[in-house]
Amino acid sequence: MAMVTSGRQKAGWGTANTVVVALALIPVLWLVSLSFKTPAAILDPSLIPKQWTWGNYSGVLSTSQFIRPLINSIGIGLISTFIAVVFASMAAYAVARLRFPGKGVLIGMALLIAMFPAISLVTPMFNIERSLGLFNTWPGLIIPYVAFGLPLGIYTLSAFFREIPWELEKAAKIDGATPFQAFTKVIAPLAAPGMVTTAILVFLACWNEFLFAISFTSTLASRTAPASLAYFSGASQFTVPTGPIAAAAVVITIPIIIFVVFFQRRIVAGLTSGAVKG
Amino acid sequence: MSTTAETVTGTTEHTQKQGKRQLSEGARAERRLGWMLCAPAVIVMVAVTAYPVGYAIYLSLERYNLELPQDIKFVGLSNYGAVLSSPYWWQALKVTVVITVFSVAITLVLGMILAQVMHRTLFGRGTVRTAALIPYGIVTVAAAYGWQYAWTPSQGYLSALFNNSAPLTSEYKAIAVIILAEVWKTTPFMGLLLLAGLSLVPEDLQKAAMVDGATAWQRFTRITLPLMKPAILVALLFRTLDSFRIFDSIFILTDGTNNTGSVSILGYDNLFNALNLGIGSAISILIFICVAIIAVLFIKGFGTAAPGSNVGR
Repeated sequence: MAMVTSGRQKAGWGTANTVVVALALIPVLWLVSLSFKTPAAILDPSLIPKQWTWGNYSGVLSTSQFIRPLINSIGIGLISTFIAVVFASMAAYAVARLRFPGKGVLIGMALLIAMFPAISLVTPMFNIERSLGLFNTWPGLIIPYVAFGLPLGIYTLSAFFREIPWELEKAAKIDGATPFQAFTKVIAPLAAPGMVTTAILVFLACWNEFLFAISFTSTLASRTAPASLAYFSGASQFTVPTGPIAAAAVVITIPIIIFVVFFQRRIVAGLTSGAVKG
Repeated sequence: MSTTAETVTGTTEHTQKQGKRQLSEGARAERRLGWMLCAPAVIVMVAVTAYPVGYAIYLSLERYNLELPQDIKFVGLSNYGAVLSSPYWWQALKVTVVITVFSVAITLVLGMILAQVMHRTLFGRGTVRTAALIPYGIVTVAAAYGWQYAWTPSQGYLSALFNNSAPLTSEYKAIAVIILAEVWKTTPFMGLLLLAGLSLVPEDLQKAAMVDGATAWQRFTRITLPLMKPAILVALLFRTLDSFRIFDSIFILTDGTNNTGSVSILGYDNLFNALNLGIGSAISILIFICVAIIAVLFIKGFGTAAPGSNVGR
């Protein structure tokens, strides 16, 4: 609010900000702290490790138990995001610009799938994937990830596409641009931010997904990083692998922090555009 | 894409000139293009949701245990009878409803406060939003391990704060921890949705009310809240359905021990521990029905503010 703000009010909001930042970050910093603790220091509840070690990181980053799932996560996430964004862009373009019967049905269907309980699919999809040979393969996860990424993509992108001043395209053509030039030089740069935002949101959703990841995979061939955490074992079967799990959890959090720090504005715009204008 | 864009601009002009009843060639081309562009998305969405749900309905009417593949038999509704008469289903449903109601209610209040904080701060706006997005973005499983270790006696900082307690070993305390984890993770999303609603409240109205002597609380309840109703309902709908599906954090925190399993945990266990596709499918369908009921209730509650209708905007 750009009204008269007294010094006391400023201090008040400053305190509120600090509280928000602290509440958001302390649970994450706790994981970071655990990941740097030596096995002996794990049994010390302080937030700052008394003995520091890189051992947990070198441990998890040298075992295929974690590296392979990490590769699976990146590969499955990127492919799913790419397909979902391409399909969603096509549908969102149609929703934003064309008149055709069935548009309402499409939007309703996307809304339904956004609300769909994933567990309802697990049992039937498990059987379908087994009989089609998709169980424990990359496509076995990519297909459901694309399906669940699509509603998010269609909503966000059609909100973005509606804001694009499409008349510019006509103007460019009048000025002598070919249709291809009009698209690549005028429309594509305007559409790109929305597509980048959508891609980030879809990728984060795939990166985060756990239920399908543990249900439709059984080995390192396709198990993703979040699912692999649940199967971590300690040095011997009697040690709880707290340090390695914490280190692995921090590793899979790093990409999220990078996205959030660099694309904060876009993520906020993307999250709110679909929901509020939908 | 370039050619399609051109046809479109051409065709819209055509349609406007033509009468309504007879579809011009251009309008028909526009229709066809619209359908073609939507087709891949529709096919994937139907193939991955509608078809499996139909298949689940079929499976739920069969006795189908993966360990007894020769013993598959049509049994009508008896799987539903078995689930609905089982205390496990009702316990899981109770846990799910408790977690959903408490976490959504707490998230709504905290999200509203967070939205106000984000709306009113002039300094450090980016920092607050960036920090708030981290719980939203973090992998639920990673965060759940953080909470689990934090509440492990003689190891976790939160357990140490509360007399070395072990809340994850008792039913109600474990549910409280699950709710805490859920609230921490989802408040930022709620806050951002509400912030978007808050920015639609005209500043002039607030000022006018202030001049008329309305207190801050009056302004909030009489102006802000009614104008934000659509945003609040959308946020509540999404959060409620999301919370009802809770799985990841329970799987890590308690794995459903001490009666803390949600309906999703029950469905998962039935498939992978009992290997019972018939019962598992019946549970799937029952959860689907619960979600449908929640959605219908909310959409009725929207009234004129339903997504898609432009009233109240």
